[in-house]
Amino acid sequence: MEQRHLKGYLYLLPAVLFLGVFLVYPLFDVVTYSFEEGYNFASQTYRGIGLYNYRYVLRDPYFLQALKNTLLLVIITVPLSTGLALVISVALHSITVLKDFFQTIFFLPYVTNTLAVGLVFMILFARTPYSDGLMNLLLGIFGIAPIDFIEGPYAAKLFVLSFYTIWIVLPFKILILTSALAGVDENLIKAARIDGTGPMRIFFKITLPMISPMIFYLVITGFIGAFKAYSDAVAIFGVNLNAAGMNTIVGYVYDMLYGDSGGFPSYASAAAILLFLIVLTITLINLLASRGRVRSN
Amino acid sequence: MKVIFEHVTKKFPGRGKNKDEVIAVDDFDFEIPDGKLIGLLGPSGCGKSTALNLICGLLSPTNGRILFGEEDVTAIPPERRGVGMVFQNYALYPHLTVEQNIIFPLQNLKGAERLSKKEMHDKAVEVAGLVQIDALMDRRPSELSGGQQQRVAIARALVKLPRVLLLDEPLSNLDARLRLQTREEIRRIQTRTGVTTIFVTHDQEEAMSISDLIVVMKDGRVHQIGRPQEVYDDPADLFVAQFLGTPPINVFDGRIENGSLYIGEEAVLAWETVLPEGENKETAGTAPASDKPIPVTVAIRPEGFVVDPAGPLTCALDAVEVMGRDVSVVCRHPKLTSAPQIRAVIDADEQPDSAREQVRFSLKPHKVLLFDPESGERLRTGW
Amino acid sequence: MDRIVTKTPVSTRVLHILAWILLIVWGLLVLFPFYWMLLTSLKGYGAYNAEYVPRFYTLSPTLENYATAFTAVPLARYFVNTLVFTVVTTGLMLIVITLSAFAFARLSFPGRDLVFLLFLSLMMIPGELVVITNFVTITDLGLRNSFTGLILPSVTSVFYIYLLKENFEQVPDTLYYAAKVDGTPDLVYLFKVLCPICRPTLVTVTILKAIECWNSYVWPRLITDNARYFLVSVGIQEIRENGFGRENIPAMMAAVVVISLPLIVIFIVFRKKIMAGVARGGLKG
Repeated sequence: MEQRHLKGYLYLLPAVLFLGVFLVYPLFDVVTYSFEEGYNFASQTYRGIGLYNYRYVLRDPYFLQALKNTLLLVIITVPLSTGLALVISVALHSITVLKDFFQTIFFLPYVTNTLAVGLVFMILFARTPYSDGLMNLLLGIFGIAPIDFIEGPYAAKLFVLSFYTIWIVLPFKILILTSALAGVDENLIKAARIDGTGPMRIFFKITLPMISPMIFYLVITGFIGAFKAYSDAVAIFGVNLNAAGMNTIVGYVYDMLYGDSGGFPSYASAAAILLFLIVLTITLINLLASRGRVRSN
Repeated sequence: MKVIFEHVTKKFPGRGKNKDEVIAVDDFDFEIPDGKLIGLLGPSGCGKSTALNLICGLLSPTNGRILFGEEDVTAIPPERRGVGMVFQNYALYPHLTVEQNIIFPLQNLKGAERLSKKEMHDKAVEVAGLVQIDALMDRRPSELSGGQQQRVAIARALVKLPRVLLLDEPLSNLDARLRLQTREEIRRIQTRTGVTTIFVTHDQEEAMSISDLIVVMKDGRVHQIGRPQEVYDDPADLFVAQFLGTPPINVFDGRIENGSLYIGEEAVLAWETVLPEGENKETAGTAPASDKPIPVTVAIRPEGFVVDPAGPLTCALDAVEVMGRDVSVVCRHPKLTSAPQIRAVIDADEQPDSAREQVRFSLKPHKVLLFDPESGERLRTGW
Repeated sequence: MDRIVTKTPVSTRVLHILAWILLIVWGLLVLFPFYWMLLTSLKGYGAYNAEYVPRFYTLSPTLENYATAFTAVPLARYFVNTLVFTVVTTGLMLIVITLSAFAFARLSFPGRDLVFLLFLSLMMIPGELVVITNFVTITDLGLRNSFTGLILPSVTSVFYIYLLKENFEQVPDTLYYAAKVDGTPDLVYLFKVLCPICRPTLVTVTILKAIECWNSYVWPRLITDNARYFLVSVGIQEIRENGFGRENIPAMMAAVVVISLPLIVIFIVFRKKIMAGVARGGLKG
């Protein structure tokens, strides 16, 4: 091999090495794990090859709970956050003064530590012997009896988690949509206005189709992101998510790997691959559903 | 330092659908004399930039050798050839000041050649003075005009005292007025430094005006090498004749018959007078004895026309454009092939009556060139 | 025409007012948790627990919670750990991605485009999947509870290589050739010419990666169970579970403020760059 060719590979070497060890090898390895039945971490032995791990995971009530939680979280937060982000972005786009100011504030949750701010949410919603908490104070104004959002009814817990998830993901969506809106050619809008088109009609017939690729992008990435929810749940309900009944699929994977249930990489792998398959399927459905409807560019 | 091409060929592998390899430089075999200003001239895609890159070593030839003086540099990497290069877009480092740009090449020197900061600064100031940018040393390239950027690029190329200075389309990014000024500047710098300077251009006027020697190229082949006036007056083939000169040369279908040159039905010159000046009449041969007409391509320089009411070449007059010193006569002739209209440049005092529908010319014999209609080769000694 | 002329201004004005209301309400919702964390962190322990009905202000702010946060739990250590982790990871990553991006953008070698395509396809691998094996790998190497174990898996990012490569390619070729003619070695060209020219992209990548590092939770949580190596995210969770006693909320909030502050300051200073970078880069990782 010529020396100058070697040089190119040399420059790539660190990246190839790291990617190989920590990304490519694990990909194959995890598939192997998921089929190795009765893998023992300490002795690194297994009984046989088969689908046992998948069967186990699919029968595990913790996994089913995590699956249910995750699905509900996805169904609630993806449409809500995307819709809310769209409305806020349009509002933001329509004003001229203080635009920069609002944009900065809205982006703030993106740069905060999910775990740290989650604690604040926990406190705002928690009901303790000392205090009903701020949220219950507000509800009390409307005559609603205090609810424990953190350790109380399932719906209340799901509400807090969804609320926090939306709070966390919104900055990114608002940012993407405001830049998409800023990219829409002003002349199109002006032309429509001169033709006497009302603001609602302009929005639905011109602006929205123009930014539809970005909305679609947000929906896809939103689905993927919501399926991988974990840190937000930990932030609010603590590390023992199974006990709180608020575990997510990713949380289940990590708990299987390490934690209270302690060291079952086979089950973890099977669960992770199931998650991957779900996400892949949803993404493909999204892609198919949007085909033809979204203006491609 | 003289630069010698010895049967140099450069082929590029074909790409995509067109799998044929491209011959960018085809058997270059000539010598560029020391201390001169040389223009490599040709239409785009003729291989002139490839030739430049071969000289500086960014490309290596497929076959043949390149020598600087006695030294074979074919296998030597660019940095050890001692060449300075000025790129078409100047390739200045945008984040460095003018001075930092100029001393950048010096900072690459190693070992005994290594200069102190002071020496580098002194050299930078010296060369900046030469190209008259010494007042701009602390500016960044984005704060300079195109002409100033060009000078910085030249200064950067000169600072390491190159054996050969190469310029790729040095004037193409400048506006018309700066272009005139800058080409004088390049001439002046070359004369001051005496360094062998080779520049590439597609603009024949630019090449003609400042070069000691021009190399006219097309499709990877050298068509002619010579002093600009020589090449203009005595082109080797139709391509060279057409490529040089503004307005361009006028090309007609013609024939030789009965010892005369015909354009259409008009005998415009007797055969003997067609010979270029200085051509040896004895060896030049005479008109072929046969009466059979021989087709030729006739090319007449715009200044080869003389308005003459009794002249043999009759053209339909379209316009007379007065350009001050000269007058352009724009007219048509059915046998003209190079353009829709003939452009003849004549003295202002001789301008024809523009109201008339026809104009008649006689021709200056040494401005009439004959070419083989098949090969485009120049016909000068009979055949 | 009459219809439009009379109708449009009213509906536009109503929409405008609605827009402002929405923006202000969401702005308050975003800011409120920050206000609450700061407020709570300034309330005395006794005062806070005496409030059955939470108060929106405090008349006797105190810094004692901050003192508690730094003394009762090793908050300073978490802080330093995170700083080291962030700086080293980001630094190493910059070197790795710069070299790779340069190879892809500037050097020529057989199979370059194919390798690049393979790199891009790696972006589709979900992190959750590979964490399992990486956990096992790092455990087998005996690197749990070590900075090496924390850092190694995250020093490469295909996405940033891609971003940087695109940027490198925008620099005119002639700059490289000019440097070659002047005898500049590739590495010198890379670090003295290319990197300074592409500094805006490098800065963006640095900031985004630093934010990611500062907030990372999953990997550190898996790989460290010794408080000596906790990062702030893991630390805050530890504080929550076993820290000051579950009820010392003000001290907990003081810790939250301390952890959140560096990023908020960085964000306010570099907000244009960060937002542009995120908008350009889409999703993290």
